[in-house]
Amino acid sequence: MINQLSWKVGGQQGEGIESTGEIFSIALNRLGYYLYGYRHFSSRIKGGHTNNKIRVSTTQVRSISDDLDILVAFDQETIDVNYKELHSKGVIMADSKFDPKKPEDTQAGLYAVPFTEIATELGTSLMKNMVAIGATSAVLDLDIQVFEEVVQEIFGRKGQQVVDKNMEAIKSGYEYMKEKLGSNVGAMQLEKADGQQRLFMIGNDAIALGALAGGCRFMAAYPITPASEIMEYLIKKLPAVGGTVIQTEDEIAAVTMAIGANYGGVRALTASAGPGLSLKMEAIGLSGITETPLVIVDTQRGGPSTGLPTKQEQSDLMAMIYGTHGEIPKIVMAPSTVQEAFYDTAEAFNLAEEYQCPVIVLSDLQLSLGKQTVEPLEFDKVEIRRGKLQSGDLPEIEGKGYFKRYEVTADGVSPRVIPGMKNGIHHVTGVEHEETGKPSESAANRIAQMDKRFRKISNLKFDTPVHKNAPHEEADLLIVGFNSTRGAIEEAMGRLEQDGLKVNHAQIRLIHPFPADELLPLVASAKKVAVIENNATGQLANIMKMNVGHHGKITKILKYDGNPFLPHEIHSKCKELF
Amino acid sequence: MATFKDFRNNVKPNWCPGCGDFSVQAAMQRAAANVGLEPEQLAVVSGIGCSGRISGYINSYGFHGIHGRALPIAQGVKMANRDLTVIASGGDGDGFAIGMGHTIHAIRRNIDITYIVMDNQIYGLTKGQTSPRSAAGFKTKSTPQGSIEQAISPMEMALTAGATFVAQSFSTDLKDLTALIEAGIKHKGFSLINVFSPCVTYNKVNTYDWFKENLTKLSEVEGYDSSSRELAMQTLMKHDGLVTGLIYQNTERKSYQELISGYSETPLAHADLSLDQKFFDKLTAEFV
Repeated sequence: MINQLSWKVGGQQGEGIESTGEIFSIALNRLGYYLYGYRHFSSRIKGGHTNNKIRVSTTQVRSISDDLDILVAFDQETIDVNYKELHSKGVIMADSKFDPKKPEDTQAGLYAVPFTEIATELGTSLMKNMVAIGATSAVLDLDIQVFEEVVQEIFGRKGQQVVDKNMEAIKSGYEYMKEKLGSNVGAMQLEKADGQQRLFMIGNDAIALGALAGGCRFMAAYPITPASEIMEYLIKKLPAVGGTVIQTEDEIAAVTMAIGANYGGVRALTASAGPGLSLKMEAIGLSGITETPLVIVDTQRGGPSTGLPTKQEQSDLMAMIYGTHGEIPKIVMAPSTVQEAFYDTAEAFNLAEEYQCPVIVLSDLQLSLGKQTVEPLEFDKVEIRRGKLQSGDLPEIEGKGYFKRYEVTADGVSPRVIPGMKNGIHHVTGVEHEETGKPSESAANRIAQMDKRFRKISNLKFDTPVHKNAPHEEADLLIVGFNSTRGAIEEAMGRLEQDGLKVNHAQIRLIHPFPADELLPLVASAKKVAVIENNATGQLANIMKMNVGHHGKITKILKYDGNPFLPHEIHSKCKELF
Repeated sequence: MATFKDFRNNVKPNWCPGCGDFSVQAAMQRAAANVGLEPEQLAVVSGIGCSGRISGYINSYGFHGIHGRALPIAQGVKMANRDLTVIASGGDGDGFAIGMGHTIHAIRRNIDITYIVMDNQIYGLTKGQTSPRSAAGFKTKSTPQGSIEQAISPMEMALTAGATFVAQSFSTDLKDLTALIEAGIKHKGFSLINVFSPCVTYNKVNTYDWFKENLTKLSEVEGYDSSSRELAMQTLMKHDGLVTGLIYQNTERKSYQELISGYSETPLAHADLSLDQKFFDKLTAEFV
């Protein structure tokens, strides 16, 4: 019996690789297993190698596994590209159609299975994926009935015959493989899961759902990988609550439309990836100086320019903090799990209204697209707080005076009104302005308004700006990361502890303003600090040095080849420090 | 009921004496009063440039954004609050150079707002460079040998982009301009009004006198029918775009808001932001 399994299916894009992984994982998730799925794909629709690696476990996992138990291959390229991940007892099941060849330097077993042939005999070669799921079930000694419900849901619309055919394909794959395996059936039998119902979703689903729960009723966006799922989800769900999504002509229209909508009084969102964020920068400055609430999601991918559009990277950090010209108050948050992406996106709308500034929810490709098992989301934890947004009747203003929308206040936050409100008329401009919004170049006013704007976030209240797993008062090593590296760091930490090192972990959830007070004690009490980042220059490490010092202690552990960190990579790099 | 004086504030425009924009400002104030608006029911969103300052010179809600982006901001405001009257405005550089992409897409999207362009065929606030509306051969600081690019024909462009309301006016024709702005506000969909608004400081070619000599009023063109897109295009081409009046209006096509499925009848700005627990449970059940 094993408590963890790593399964990968690969082939050409457009061959149904994604849906194979989908059916396999939904069924296992429903049995109560914890899953973590990560797709390797290219920026094209048909052709090119793609694979879907799925980790199944009886406990929570949030990282890609180091090695591989089962590889399902629909072409030789899948074997050649991926076989090195297989451990010595691993299994390759390959479509006999392409006459698969096993590389010499692997001890993993190869089974040629007539996926396509069996599927074609049953009616259509499209069902070869279902045959592969059946064959996998034989290796795991899994009752194939667990797939019936999912198959019914996916193919039910096409009629019972299609459902039956697909189940037959699964059964045929199972029986073929069972005979081949002989006494090896169930060689990788998984321990029974707890049967609990949990959610199975990608980070972008959680971001979109978080926006909806957080009161977002309008989104303006331009399609881009890996952010599009957010707009695609909201266009399906917003009409049920009276809202909508506009696909704009470009990224600048998306952000400025969202600014206009927020000014108009609705909670509005825009989401993009690095190239889009670069285009939105001038408008983010407008949101800053006009103190118009704005929530922007940045799903980081490989940059610069078009870069590695379908690959993991965390290189937008500095740009998100400092990107716009001039100086504005801004909040940048970086959830590190799918659950947190939900809660943080909902909270971003509160912060945007309370502090009247742009809030960037930073994600990365691994978090946005990696599909993982999520404990049920607690809707009652989501609050709606609208800060100093005025409601009811406003006092009359004498003569032709304007409402003091930019009143200099002790906490820096001014009362906010929305168009349509009587006695609330004021001016809004990206030009420096005085309390009623009228342009002003006065030096004294400039200082008063700049100070007022920055005072807002100097008082920022933010729940858990750093996730601390710090069992040691004095640690040999503090590991620091942000966004999706959390899972791999947690696993590496466990192994380092087994090696006898005292390890603390801090995952930064609030990137800006940087929670220096929270982090400093951990840095000060550690002998060494390793900062884990998917970028080439160590942006988070540099921000830490700026804010908490201790330059000599800080080591950057960087990966910028487009792939997420694996636990063993962090483990071995950290060990090298001692 | 508000009069045009209620739309005046106490800010003195920083336009040059004689600038055409003063009349556009007056026409907007009169039109707003004539259609029965109260100042707080109007939001004026403007771009950057001399004319972009207009949102600060009208007693209404006003948003002075960034260069070229008045239209997406204005569309966002309207999406948030469908009960507001939203007017976007700016210059020819704002709308037909840096913001041209937004202009075309706002036209084809057809959200119910009015866009007033103050067209002076020059960049004024940056002190006299060529604009996409400058005629070929036009000499400016950035085209000392004369512009070698073709001028844009915004009215013809609007017709090809699927506009439902296209009008053009001259800033001195206060009465006609006011009537066109009223018609634009009342039109259910996107209305584009291009106004020749002479720059007395930097444009010594397209002057008040020049326009008086060269403009043709559509009301004086025999048999002109503003419901015919074909006739509109022909007439524009015949007069090299130098016509004033209502060029084209399509009252059949529905506005964007009317076509969105599920779009709230009450303004989104007044929506209850909380979700029903049952609805939330239904949403999460889709991920099991």
